[in-house]
Amino acid sequence: MRFGEVTAVRDVTLGIRAGEFFSFLGPSGCGKTTLLRLISGFMEPTEGVIRIGGRDMRGIGPNKRPTALIFQNLALFPLMTVAENIAFGLEVRGVDKETRRKKALELLELVAMPEAVDRKISQLSGGQRQRVAVARALAVEPKVMLLDEPLSALDLKLRQHMRAELRAIQRRTGVTFVYITHDQGEALTMSDRVAVMSRGVIQQVGDSAAIYDRPATPFVASFVGENNWLFGTVRNVAGGHAVVDTPFGPLRGRAGPGVAAGGKAILFVRPERLTLVDGGATGPDGLNRLEAAVSHADFEGNFANIFFSGAPGRRDIVLQLTNDGAIPNLSAGTRRRLAFQPDHAVVLPEGELASE
Amino acid sequence: MNGGRATGLLMRIYLWIFFIYLFGPLVIMAVATFNSSRFPTVTPWLGTTLKWFAALAADNQMWDALVVSLIVGAGVIVVSVPIGTGAALMLATMQGRIRTFLYGVMVSPLLTPGVIIGISHLVYWDRYFGIHGGIFVLIVAQSSFIIAYVMLMVMARLQRFDSTLEEAALDLGANHVQMFRRVLLPHLRPSILAASVLAFLQSFENFNTSLFTRGLDNTLTVYIASKVRTGLTPAVNALGLILIVVTVVGAVLYEVLRRRERARAEQARREALVERPLRRLEAAAVAGS
Amino acid sequence: MREVVRRYGVALTGYMVLACLAWTLGLIVLPELMMVDYSFRPNLLFVEIGGPKDVHTLANYETLWRNTIHLSIFFKTIWGSALVTVVTLVMCYPLAYFLGQVVAADRLSTYLLMLVVPFWINEILRTFAWFIILAYQGPLNALLLWLGLTAEPIRFMSGDGGVVLGMAYAYLLFMVFPLYNAIETLDHNQIEAARDLGAPTWRIHWRVVVPHAKPGIAVGCIMVFMLTASSYAVPAILGGPSSRWFTQIIYDWFFEGQNWNQGSAYAFILLLLCIGFILVMMRLFKVGLADIAK
Repeated sequence: MRFGEVTAVRDVTLGIRAGEFFSFLGPSGCGKTTLLRLISGFMEPTEGVIRIGGRDMRGIGPNKRPTALIFQNLALFPLMTVAENIAFGLEVRGVDKETRRKKALELLELVAMPEAVDRKISQLSGGQRQRVAVARALAVEPKVMLLDEPLSALDLKLRQHMRAELRAIQRRTGVTFVYITHDQGEALTMSDRVAVMSRGVIQQVGDSAAIYDRPATPFVASFVGENNWLFGTVRNVAGGHAVVDTPFGPLRGRAGPGVAAGGKAILFVRPERLTLVDGGATGPDGLNRLEAAVSHADFEGNFANIFFSGAPGRRDIVLQLTNDGAIPNLSAGTRRRLAFQPDHAVVLPEGELASE
Repeated sequence: MNGGRATGLLMRIYLWIFFIYLFGPLVIMAVATFNSSRFPTVTPWLGTTLKWFAALAADNQMWDALVVSLIVGAGVIVVSVPIGTGAALMLATMQGRIRTFLYGVMVSPLLTPGVIIGISHLVYWDRYFGIHGGIFVLIVAQSSFIIAYVMLMVMARLQRFDSTLEEAALDLGANHVQMFRRVLLPHLRPSILAASVLAFLQSFENFNTSLFTRGLDNTLTVYIASKVRTGLTPAVNALGLILIVVTVVGAVLYEVLRRRERARAEQARREALVERPLRRLEAAAVAGS
Repeated sequence: MREVVRRYGVALTGYMVLACLAWTLGLIVLPELMMVDYSFRPNLLFVEIGGPKDVHTLANYETLWRNTIHLSIFFKTIWGSALVTVVTLVMCYPLAYFLGQVVAADRLSTYLLMLVVPFWINEILRTFAWFIILAYQGPLNALLLWLGLTAEPIRFMSGDGGVVLGMAYAYLLFMVFPLYNAIETLDHNQIEAARDLGAPTWRIHWRVVVPHAKPGIAVGCIMVFMLTASSYAVPAILGGPSSRWFTQIIYDWFFEGQNWNQGSAYAFILLLLCIGFILVMMRLFKVGLADIAK
């Protein structure tokens, strides 16, 4: 499956593989909902082409495309029962009553709700409605299943449960899932590949590890997970690493795409990759060192976040320590040294960052 | 509140007078049905009788007029409801100045005096199409403004409709007609029914427009008015009383049904509030295991 | 229009467009235009239509100008309608105020129901009820005689008195509800504040309530005026031969004089009168077209 088109805002070109669980991740307004509507057929691209299974989808309306869309508000038909909802796609295709009911029961088995077959929608809980929506979409045997932030209305425990369920259903049926969300935890845990978007432009496409450890743009680095940003100028680039002159001294990290000597850059290092050290300004083993003053600390149960004052006008540097029983008690103003491995940091040219 | 007990008392007197003024004539008219005086009145009271009901039943012209009213009412429903619903759907989706203009034109018959509507249709159909006044002209003339009522009622209900349901139906493969039949129409059904009833009632009690477009036929209301000036007997009171009773019974029934519907909605909401937390516990148990 | 096709498909949109055209053109616009056009033509025999005598002329309008009786009835209709409008306004204002500001919320629906139920009964029947009351030997006269207020029964229905009374009764609701709606939106605290500042009751009404209720007053007056000016049944039932109403003249042109062209002209004049009144009211009270709150 491949598609490439120009949204009203920017152009997007990418291919999604059959049977893949693919997510579009980004803040609200980044254009992911637009993409979904373009794929499902409720909007036509102003430029470009969308192909599903090699077939050009131009001019083909939403009811004729091999896609099924799960809306954010689920859009279950309130005046029909669960079985009627699920069988709706079959009904409009002229399938007879008995076959419809059989199929509805099969799908309810798939989503583990066979007892709800004749219930009214108003009697279902949030999680149950989710599953009915999925069953309804699966009933038409789509090539592509499109999901529009389906879990955003659920509470935490249920959301985690549904994540696993959706993934399991996708694996079991082998249908291509295209999933959009602003929750990176969801995107990273459920998907085979993720496309990070901002303002109508795709910033990066890759699997979870690539997105997390090897971000290609500052936006991806700052949007996915927690990350520390250190601004500076590139001193040199050699052997896949770049040295950046920062207010904390020269620091070394892996060079990302587009990094060149003399250019403005940001060095990203994750809070959990920092360690507290004693000793000198640079380590003999190539570890970067920087010294900063403690600002405050948050203890969150299984880990603690210690905040150090960053460069003037910039946000705090965060150090994350797992709770091994030995978290030091640091008072505000204490100056300590932090260290990290060059390979654990990424240097990227200055660019758009995710807003706080 | 109005300060001073004098004002309060004044208000109470005023209210009493007002409601006596409102209901008094109706009561008098109803009671006069049972007075055997040939001229409908309560003074002097000549004797209590039910004979005017019999006289009413024997009045063939009255039955004819009633039949005409019923036929016209049915015809108005048939014409107004489909057109009104279609107009509602179209206007609810359109935007811009054309829409505002159309809306203005469509609502204008509600403000136009009934006699003007009647006259314009009488001239229009008779002199330009050769169709004389009668049941057809009655139906179309009344429909010209009753359609507006239907449209407004359906539009109100449409506003509470979640349009993503339409998209979901299309996405699942339905064509537009299937979507309309299976998703939109069931939602609109209550208001379409209500609009049908309203259309019938508006048609039944219409006078000004019917007066000019009736041709040789008579609707019941026009017949009543003509009887008052010629050949007046308390049989008219009898008809009035029957209509009053029907109206009041209908009103009471409507109110009862409305209260029951509201209670049922409350019940459903309460059930959802109790059941949903229970299911969440279920789901959490499943997730934990 | 594209939106409609996208949402409902070509077939349904086609139906909707057809239905709307049939309605707006065929049932609203064209009949009106035809009536107006017809009013400018002379009353011709069937064979003469389309012939040389079939020209546009103002003759039918001049008739009203020249006919002093008709003209006086026309002005009397205006005057009578204005009178009824003012009377109902005065009558209904206290009730509207009571409903909108005084009565408690739980009793409100009862009052409203009581107010509305009589108006579900046909206007003809309600007018007829007054016919009984105002009759020469009717209960009102009986009451007056019994109370000794008059020596002889009064002929209520030989002049315009009965008609005015009947209309004030028939069209009450159309004045109460707009007034009530407007007054109800007034924040009660304003009244309290005015009282607290020492204003007497009449002043509170004049300076606080009435200005706020202006749109409601305008709508109510428009509705009542239009209904009375174009009313037929009430004058026909409660009026005598000396108190004809303009609509009755129109009716006679159609069904006794058989001069439909003349009748159309008079009807158009009536329509212009109503429109004119609406415009005057809108200008006077500075209201817009947001009055379809029926």
